[in-house]
Amino acid sequence: MTAVHEFPMTRTCPFAPPPAYTEIREEDPVTRVGLPDGRKAWVVSRHEDVRTVLNDRRFSADRQHPDFPQLVPGFRRPDDERTMITMDAPEHGPARKAVLGEFTVRRMEALRPRIQEIVDERIDALMAGPKPGDLVEALSLPVPSLVICEMLGVPYADHDFFQTHTAKLIKRDTPPQERRAAVEAVREYMSDLIAGREDNPPDDLLGRQIVKLREEGTYRRASLAATGFLLLVAGHETTANMISLGTVGLLENPDQLALITGDPGKTLDAVEELLRYFTIVDAATARLCVEDVEVGGQLIRAGEGVLALGYAANRDAAAFENPDELDIERGARHHVAFGFGPHQCLGQNLARMELQIVFDTLFRRIPGLKLAAPVDDLPFKDDANIYGLYRLPVTW
Amino acid sequence: MKIIADTGKCVGAGQCVLTEPSLFDQSEEDGTVIVLDDQPVGDLVEKAREAVHVCPSQALSLEE
Ligand code: SF4
Repeated sequence: MTAVHEFPMTRTCPFAPPPAYTEIREEDPVTRVGLPDGRKAWVVSRHEDVRTVLNDRRFSADRQHPDFPQLVPGFRRPDDERTMITMDAPEHGPARKAVLGEFTVRRMEALRPRIQEIVDERIDALMAGPKPGDLVEALSLPVPSLVICEMLGVPYADHDFFQTHTAKLIKRDTPPQERRAAVEAVREYMSDLIAGREDNPPDDLLGRQIVKLREEGTYRRASLAATGFLLLVAGHETTANMISLGTVGLLENPDQLALITGDPGKTLDAVEELLRYFTIVDAATARLCVEDVEVGGQLIRAGEGVLALGYAANRDAAAFENPDELDIERGARHHVAFGFGPHQCLGQNLARMELQIVFDTLFRRIPGLKLAAPVDDLPFKDDANIYGLYRLPVTW
Repeated sequence: MKIIADTGKCVGAGQCVLTEPSLFDQSEEDGTVIVLDDQPVGDLVEKAREAVHVCPSQALSLEE
């Protein structure tokens, strides 16, 4: 009997999962861990098992449920704040499909010229600013933020406000009351914004939702505000952190970087590989077992919590050869960095496009880009539920 | 080979479209999959298999 591990586990290398992930996956792939609130949950770590858990209806995403494994103790949202991410079938499908049409591959393609423009403007601003510059502030945060604001019809002028609150939400040690207040503030903001659009809905995502939901007779301001909140928050820190980490990943692997600067056709493959390699939202994919089920030879019982460790799955040699190497030519499309199953990230194709445009443009326009501090000194987000960098000093 | 799509299971992530836009598209309305060519031949057979492999909801299957 091995000792029960505590979760979350910490990384010792910024480019690798916590060593315990590897140990668990190899020795005890479906195992019990202790959560911060003292309760226990199962951790699933093989690629195949992670996909099973995330795509099986016997595992519920209902975060409101009292038995749901919580990584941030003492925080549960009231029922009127429910969004698609906490819903199960049959409720989940229609909620997701209501906004899905806004995120199709084709819709995202139509945004390409505008995203390119935004990226170019931000790189202009970076190059016009002081050296070294902070890539997080100059590029990583503003790009996804501007894009999601424009899509939703949220004034970018307010970005300081919601970025500050979003940052609190993803930090693990934000006290519950502060977390609560941050959620309230952004939800109230969203609700007011939507209220102001009800008489004359504009042609943006929120405006179109108002029209569409009214036609269906299902319009409720609180619920659209919750969706708006979700999209705004999800659109911020995730892509931003991937831009920063991806840049470091490529600069630290010049042979890989040369592959994309030599052939921009390979950038999308690089994006998939960087998503796999860093798997920034790994801790977010928790589920509650609602019917006894066997996973990887282990019986999981109804009522037990499960964490599907995406990062362990994405470093599983059974799914990826030499998994700890950054290899953009490996064909990493089956990674689970966007999750898997019915809740797989809705904004993934937006994220892919933003990352592709950023990496193509950044290294083309600033071929001499380099880190202005040793990797070991960079402020990696070891204390957040979304991995990333607080600052990224670069020079050229 | 024939591609079978279950739009009821489809979660509209568009992984299939990314894999092979000549075989798959997504509905503008709700993002679910539209199979453009359900009997791929040649190189497209491999692409169809990859699409089945990456589809996050097992909405796609192949009848060999
Ligand atoms: S990959 Fe699967 S879930 Fe996604 S759009 Fe295609 S069929 Fe639907």
